[in-house]
Amino acid sequence: MAEILVLAEHAGETVKKVTGEMLTAARAYGEPVAVWVAPGAEGGRSRLAEFGAVKVYVAASSEFDDYVVAPRAELLASLIEQHAPAAVLVAGSPEGRETAARVAIKTGSGVLTDVTGLGDALTAEQSIFGGGITVQSKVRSGTPLIVVRPNAIAAVPADGAAELVSVDFTISDAAKGAKVTGRVEQERGERPELTEAAIVVSGGRGVGSGENFALIERLADALGAAVGASRAATDAGWYPHKFQVGQTGKTVSPQLYIACGISGAIQHRAGMQTAKTIMVINKDPEAPIFELADFGVVGDLFKVVPQLIEDIEKRAV
Amino acid sequence: MNIVVCVKQVPDTGSERKLRESDSTLDRDAADPWMNELDEYGIEEGLRLTEAHGGEVTILSVGPEKAAETIRKALSMGADKAVHVSDPALHGSDALITSRVIAAAAQRVGFDLLILGSESTDARMGVLAAMVAERLGLPQLSYATKVATDGSTVTINRLADYGYDTVEATLPAVLSVVEKINEPRYPSFKGIMAAKKKPVETLTLADLEIDPAQAGLAASASEVVSWAARPPRQAGTIVPDEGDGGDKAADFLATRKFI
Repeated sequence: MAEILVLAEHAGETVKKVTGEMLTAARAYGEPVAVWVAPGAEGGRSRLAEFGAVKVYVAASSEFDDYVVAPRAELLASLIEQHAPAAVLVAGSPEGRETAARVAIKTGSGVLTDVTGLGDALTAEQSIFGGGITVQSKVRSGTPLIVVRPNAIAAVPADGAAELVSVDFTISDAAKGAKVTGRVEQERGERPELTEAAIVVSGGRGVGSGENFALIERLADALGAAVGASRAATDAGWYPHKFQVGQTGKTVSPQLYIACGISGAIQHRAGMQTAKTIMVINKDPEAPIFELADFGVVGDLFKVVPQLIEDIEKRAV
Repeated sequence: MNIVVCVKQVPDTGSERKLRESDSTLDRDAADPWMNELDEYGIEEGLRLTEAHGGEVTILSVGPEKAAETIRKALSMGADKAVHVSDPALHGSDALITSRVIAAAAQRVGFDLLILGSESTDARMGVLAAMVAERLGLPQLSYATKVATDGSTVTINRLADYGYDTVEATLPAVLSVVEKINEPRYPSFKGIMAAKKKPVETLTLADLEIDPAQAGLAASASEVVSWAARPPRQAGTIVPDEGDGGDKAADFLATRKFI
C-alpha cells in the first residue's frame, strides 16, 4: 500500500488538532505516515499514534525554523522522491500552504488548497466565492498536494505504531535565503487558536468599541471559545487584525459560530459559512447574517449577551 | 531600487461570482472587474520604497484584455509603467502556470524587489509568492506586516499565529504583503490623468518564450471535476428579544449540547 504523507502541524511537542484530522483523512487512501520537521517528535509521537500514523519521518534539525518555508519544502520534495507517496497532506496554515506551493514547483505536482473534504480517488471538496459554490477538484499530474482547512474534517482515533524513522537531510544553501532573525510572541491568553477552536464568538461593528470587546471575550471564555472579529471591528482598531474572520482574514469552520453585532457582508461570510451551527445576535432584523442563522436573536447584544453568559454560568454549576 | 508589483483583476466580491458552465473556469463577464484588494497594499508599499530609495515601480498583470482597466488604476496610484501579459492560451491556467508566467515576465523587466498581495480575493490560494520565489531561486519574504530596507538587505515582520517573526534577506527578493501593512493611497485627479500616458507593454507567451501548449486549462496540474451552488442553509429560528433573548439563546445552545 502506498504511503500518504501528512506534514505534521505542531508547536514544539504539541501536535495541532488539524494533524489528527489529516491523518484520519489519509487512512482511506493508503498508509498514513507523518512527517515531523524540527525537534519535538518524541513528545508528539503518542498523539500521532492515536490517529493511526504508521511511521513518522523525523527531520529533527532546529535549523528548519531558522528559515522561511524553503527548507521544509526541500525536505518534503526529497521524501516524495524517495517514497513515492500517493498524496501529501498539509495543513491550511500560511506556512502549510506555502510549503505545498514550493513542493508543487519542485515536483511538478498539482496543489489544491483550502480542502474541506476528500472523496473517491482523492477528489477534493472546496468551498469557493465566500462559500457560495462547492467544487470537487482533482490533481491530474504529479503527487497530489492537498492543503486541508483546519476543523473541516472530523478526526477519528485509530491505532498506529508511529515508529520514529530518522531522516538524514541537509538543508541546501539555496533554501537559506530568508533568515528568521527573531521571533516575537504576542500574548494570546488561554483561548484556543481561532482556526482550531470548536466554538468561535465574533464581534462586529455593533460592538461599538475596543473596550466593549471585553463582553465578547467573556462570552467566549464562558464557552471555552476563541474570539473572532469582523473587518469592521479590526479596521476600527477595536480588535487585532490576526483575529479577523473573513476574506483577507482567517477562514474558520467551527462546530458553533456566534456572530454578535455583525451584519454579515459577503467578505465576512467567506470566512465562516462552513461553520456547522451558526447563532446570530444583532439588533437589525434585516442584517443578512440572519440568512445563515440556525438560531438568531433580534436584540441589543449588550442586553442579550450578558443574560446568555449568566445562563451558561448557571448551567455550568 | 526597482520594484515590480503584481496586480490581479478579480471579480468584485460584492457582486455574484460564478463559474462558467462550459469549462468550470471563472465567469469574468458575470461580475464587475476590480483590482484585487491586497494588491493595493503591494502597490502602496512599492511606491513608498521607491519614494525613499529611488527607482521605478512597474506593474505586472497577467490576465485578459479587460485587465487593462485595473492596470490603469494601478498606474493612477503612481506606478511608473506596466507590463500586461495577455494571451488567449492562458485561459484557465492554474497557479503553477501563472507563477511561471510571472517569474518570466518579472525577470524580463528586472527588479530588486517583486511584490505580491498575499492572496487574491477570488482564488484565495495564497501560494503565488512562494511559487515565484521557488522558480526564481530568490528569498521568500511572505506575509509581511512591515518592510524595511537599506537598499541591499530587506527585513520584514512575517505574520504568524503566535505573533510575528522578523526575517532578513538580501535583495533581490520576493515579497508578499498582508492587509494593514499600510494605508493605500487613492489616485489623485493628476494621477488619473498622468496614468493615461504611462507606458504599458503588452506581452504574449511567445514574447516570454513559453510554449502555449504548456499553458491554459489543458496544461493545468489540477482540474475542477464538478461544482454546485451551496444549498441554502435551512431557515433557522429567529426570535425577537423580549427581555429573554439571552435565555432563549442559552436554551438553543443546550438543545444542541454546546452547554
